[in-house]
Amino acid sequence: MNHYETVFILNPVLSEEQIKETVKKYEDILVSNGAKMISKENWGLKKLAYAIQHKKSGFYHLFEYTVAGDAINQLEVNFRRDERIMRYLTVALDKHAIAWAEKRRKRNQKTA
Amino acid sequence: MSSIEQQAKGKKGGDIRYLTPLNIETAKTKKYCMFQKSGIKYVDYKDPDFLMRFINEQGKILPRRLTGTSLKYQRKVAVAVKRARHLALMPYVADLLK
Repeated sequence: MNHYETVFILNPVLSEEQIKETVKKYEDILVSNGAKMISKENWGLKKLAYAIQHKKSGFYHLFEYTVAGDAINQLEVNFRRDERIMRYLTVALDKHAIAWAEKRRKRNQKTA
Repeated sequence: MSSIEQQAKGKKGGDIRYLTPLNIETAKTKKYCMFQKSGIKYVDYKDPDFLMRFINEQGKILPRRLTGTSLKYQRKVAVAVKRARHLALMPYVADLLK
C-alpha cells in the first residue's frame, strides 16, 4: 500500500449533479480496488492559467488515499477515457509530503 | 615642509589619499536557501502563490544563482513548478506576470 494524491480538473460545463456523480464514480473505482480514502477536497471552480480544450476554467478536485500501485493504472485509464476530465495528476507521497498534507489539512479545517 | 612632489612620492608610492574614506558598499547580503533556513521539507505544487517566488515574469524558473536555493531544493522546486504548470495552476508562458 502506497500513499497517493490525485488532482483532477472537471469540465466547467457540467452541472452540479454531474460533477457529484463523476467524483463519486472515481471514488468508487478506488474503493473497489481496496483504497482507503484519507481526504477529499473540492476546490470549486477555478480559473486556469491557460486554456485547456478552449475552456478557461475548471472544477478542481483532490483525493488523498492509500492503495496498492496496480489500482492507479486502472484509475488513470478511466480518466483518459472520460471526456469530463480535462486534466489529472497522480503523485506518490513520501514521508515529508505526508507530513505536509496533514499540516495543510489541519490548517484548512481551521480556516473553514 | 615637503613639496607636493615629495608628498606624492611618499611612503604609499603615489597612491591617492582621501581625507574621508570612500563609502563603497562591498559587503553584500549573502543569499541563502530559504528551505533550509525555514525548515521546509516538501515543496508543494498545489500552492502557486508560493512558487511565484521562483519564476520570473515570463514564467520561467529562476536559476539558483539568483534565488540562492540549494541544489537539493532547487530540484524539488523545478519539479513542483512543472507539476503546477501541468494542472494549469501556473502558466507555461506568460508576460508581465509580476
